[in-house]
Amino acid sequence: MEQDTTHTDAAVHPAEDHAEHHHPGWSTYWKVALILTLITVGEVWMYYVPSIYNSRVFVPALLSLSALKFGIVVAFYMHLKYDHKLFRALFTGPLFIAGCTIIALMFLFGHLVAKFGR
Amino acid sequence: MSAPAAHHYTATGLDSRKIAIWAFIGSECMLFASLISTYLIYKGRSRVGPFPHETWVDPTSGHHFHAILNIPVTSASTFTLLMSSLFMVLALSAVQNKNVPKRTTSDRILGSSKLWLWATALAGSTFLGFQAFEFTSFVHEGLTIRTNLFGSSFFTLTGFHGAHVTAGVIWLLTLLSIDYRRGLGPNDALNVDIAALYWHFVDVVWIAIFTLVYLIK
Repeated sequence: MEQDTTHTDAAVHPAEDHAEHHHPGWSTYWKVALILTLITVGEVWMYYVPSIYNSRVFVPALLSLSALKFGIVVAFYMHLKYDHKLFRALFTGPLFIAGCTIIALMFLFGHLVAKFGR
Repeated sequence: MSAPAAHHYTATGLDSRKIAIWAFIGSECMLFASLISTYLIYKGRSRVGPFPHETWVDPTSGHHFHAILNIPVTSASTFTLLMSSLFMVLALSAVQNKNVPKRTTSDRILGSSKLWLWATALAGSTFLGFQAFEFTSFVHEGLTIRTNLFGSSFFTLTGFHGAHVTAGVIWLLTLLSIDYRRGLGPNDALNVDIAALYWHFVDVVWIAIFTLVYLIK
C-alpha cells in the first residue's frame, strides 16, 4: 500500500524520526476502514445464517475474524506496525498475559474442560 | 502560534509519554481480560432470565421474556465506533501535516484537525447514545445489574467500556478546545497521538466485546 510519510520533530530528535514517524496516510486509512467494515458485515451476516450459526465453524470463524480486526486496528491505526519495537513489546507482552489469563480461568471454571477433556 | 512542546526523551530515544501510554494500554488489556473472563465464566449459569440469546418464561408469573440482545442496534454502534477510529487517525494526520500547504479542496478537508476531532467526538457520543438506549431498554425489559449473573457481568463489562469511551470523548473535547484557542500544530502531534492510541484501544476492546458477548451464543 502507498505510504505517505509524515515527519514530526525530525530535526529535534533524528533517532525518533526513524523509529516512530513513518505513518501511513489517507490512501491506506480508507482501505483499512473498508476492510474493517466488510469483516464486521461478514460477522453479522454469519450470525443471521442458521446453517453457519449452528455449525461447528461458527465460533472459530468469528474468533478468527475478530482477531484479524483487532490486529488490523493495532497495526495500522495504532501504528504498531511502523513504531518502535519497545512499544510492540509493551503491548503484546500484557496482551499475551491477558490471553493466558482468560484461557486459564476458562479451564479453571470448567468451560473448556468439556471441549478438550480432562 | 503555539509554543514549542517540552520533550521527555528517555535513554531509548523515545518519548517517555508515549512509553507511558503504551504501558497504560498494556495494563488496560489485563483489566478488560479480567472483566471478559468474568463474563465468560458466568455465561450460561444464570438461574433466572432474561437471557442474552434464548427466550425464557418466568414460572411464577408466566411472563414471557424474549432474547434480550439487540444485534442490529449493536452492529450499528460497532460500525460507528470503527468509523470513529478512521476519523481519529485523520485528525492526527491533519495535526502532523498542519504546516504542509493545502492546494485542493480535498487537501483542505483532510487537513482540518477540527473537522476530524469533531467527527470522532460525535461518533463516540453516538456510540454512548446507542449504549444508553440499550441499557434503558434492558432495564425496561426486566434485566438490571442485580437480576442474574448475566446482568451483573454484562453491565459491569459494557459499563466499564462505556466509561472509557466517555473519558475518551472528554479528552477529544479538551483537544478541540485547545485547537480553537491556539490551534494544534506539529508540536502537539505527540499529545494527539497519545489520545489517538487511547481511542483506538477503546475501539479494539469493543471488537472483542462485540464478538464474545453479542455474536457468540
